[in-house]
Amino acid sequence: MNYEHFSTAAYIVSAVFFILGIKRMSKVKTARQGNAFAAFGMLIAVLVTLFNHKIVSYELIIAGILIGAMIGFVLATTVQMTAMPQMVALLNGFGGIASLLVSSSEFNLAHDLDSFTSITTFLGIFIGGVTFTGSLIAFGKLQGIVTEKSVMYPMQHFINLTLILVSVGLGYVMADQSGIHLLDGIIETPSHEIVIAIVVLALLLGVLLVIPIGGADMPVVISLLNSYSGIAAAMTGFVIQNSVLIITGSLVGASGIILTQIMCKSMNRSLLNVLLGGFGNAPAAKSGEKKDIIIKEVGVEEAAMLFETATSVIIVPGYGMAVAQAQHVVRELSELLQKRDITVKFAIHPVAGRMPGHMNVLLAEANVPYEILMEMDQINDEFANTDLALVIGANDVTNPAARHDKSSPIYGMPILNVDKARTVIINKRSMKPGYAGIENELYGFPNALMYFGDAKDAMSKLITEIKENS
Amino acid sequence: MDLFTLITIFVLAIFLGFELISKIPPTLHTPLMSGSNAISGITLVGAVISSGIDDTGFIQVFNMDLGLSSILGFLAVIFATINVVGGFLVTDRMDRMFKKK
Repeated sequence: MNYEHFSTAAYIVSAVFFILGIKRMSKVKTARQGNAFAAFGMLIAVLVTLFNHKIVSYELIIAGILIGAMIGFVLATTVQMTAMPQMVALLNGFGGIASLLVSSSEFNLAHDLDSFTSITTFLGIFIGGVTFTGSLIAFGKLQGIVTEKSVMYPMQHFINLTLILVSVGLGYVMADQSGIHLLDGIIETPSHEIVIAIVVLALLLGVLLVIPIGGADMPVVISLLNSYSGIAAAMTGFVIQNSVLIITGSLVGASGIILTQIMCKSMNRSLLNVLLGGFGNAPAAKSGEKKDIIIKEVGVEEAAMLFETATSVIIVPGYGMAVAQAQHVVRELSELLQKRDITVKFAIHPVAGRMPGHMNVLLAEANVPYEILMEMDQINDEFANTDLALVIGANDVTNPAARHDKSSPIYGMPILNVDKARTVIINKRSMKPGYAGIENELYGFPNALMYFGDAKDAMSKLITEIKENS
Repeated sequence: MDLFTLITIFVLAIFLGFELISKIPPTLHTPLMSGSNAISGITLVGAVISSGIDDTGFIQVFNMDLGLSSILGFLAVIFATINVVGGFLVTDRMDRMFKKK
């Protein structure tokens, strides 16, 4: 058996492990095993590749793998669960730049590319580059290095569209020089310079596309960039004519798109609407019609009393809980209540937090059993029969205006029906509006009580108070 | 492999991807994302070849005569390995947390 046959067979085995792995990743019971399957598939693919006859020296490969593995290990073992969104964004960016580098490397070496390979080389470089800087900006926004706000600039869409068109044009010139030859005698720029120009444009475009998108839309952006990194890998697969890259890259591309769709649907917004950015800026302009709402505030004593008399409680966590790192105290509170025979459930909105499933990960870290974490559709009818809803650092996803106020920017977004509970306690740091920049009319409802303070601090005080009263 | 085979594989794999994970519980959104993100580090395969390829004449480092393609490949190996190792480990950390009480 020659290497060609051997490697093809091995790559198929590795692809099967990836497929089984992804399949298992979508069930709680088998998720960990699925991840191990995928890692094993990767191991096979890399090991087989080491025997490729194109490889003449191993120094750089070994050095690169050692350096990368060390950095990857340190990152993965030291990152805090609250920092997971930016970690995913960063790793995703690294996948993108790797595709860019491999495609460029192949292009630099190749002497007679056919036009199809040129096109995929262009796409590998272009999508990889956009993924890289786009992910870095997302990382910066989540880490607080870049402003979370939507940054708009003049002629935004015109500039971005122009950059894309120019890049595609350069991509065509690349393909033309390597086979079509329609432009011979018209454009004589050597391919290398064209590739450098494409790299620069792609990196710039990644920044410009993500910077106008605000923090709360990050769940959509991260899953979309995840999809891009898969597609970039698939394009690289065409460049080096390797089927395992194509299969695996497409799988990731497809899974990223599915997640992106789920996120968009949860906000009742189209992908285009999210990508154009600027959400949350518009309503400020028409603040003239802002209605004053009268809020009622509670202190810790009164709040504790409400908990003691309740028999059912639903906790609604949001980004504020993540920021305050309050997940552990929240778990403590839920256990304390359960000990007093109060039913406690968590209601998780699909876009709560900064990445898909953000709240679930944080609460799992704090050892909240996932059986009491309820999806929006499962729990929305239960609010009406619940004594107390406790909202911790969530805002727009609880705003009843989404149901009826056609002028509201969040109109039509599915929300958690917290207002239907007998009493709602809302823990917030201040009356500052949420991400959408609008007042939450819930706060003026007769059954709503504001309990101000940092989530971690406020919940600790509440726990102490409840304990003292017993 | 010829072009049409590769395109066929590409199209079929995309459909397979959609079918594979049409239903995901929200609990798994993050680990699925970071797991599939680690998988997209498959570019490592390409990076390894680029990095070890017979290419010289760009720069001299530690008595090695390296070409531009191998340098680019080397950088790609580093980034892709961070993506793969970091991605799988961090996903495992999260998956371990989801256990029944």
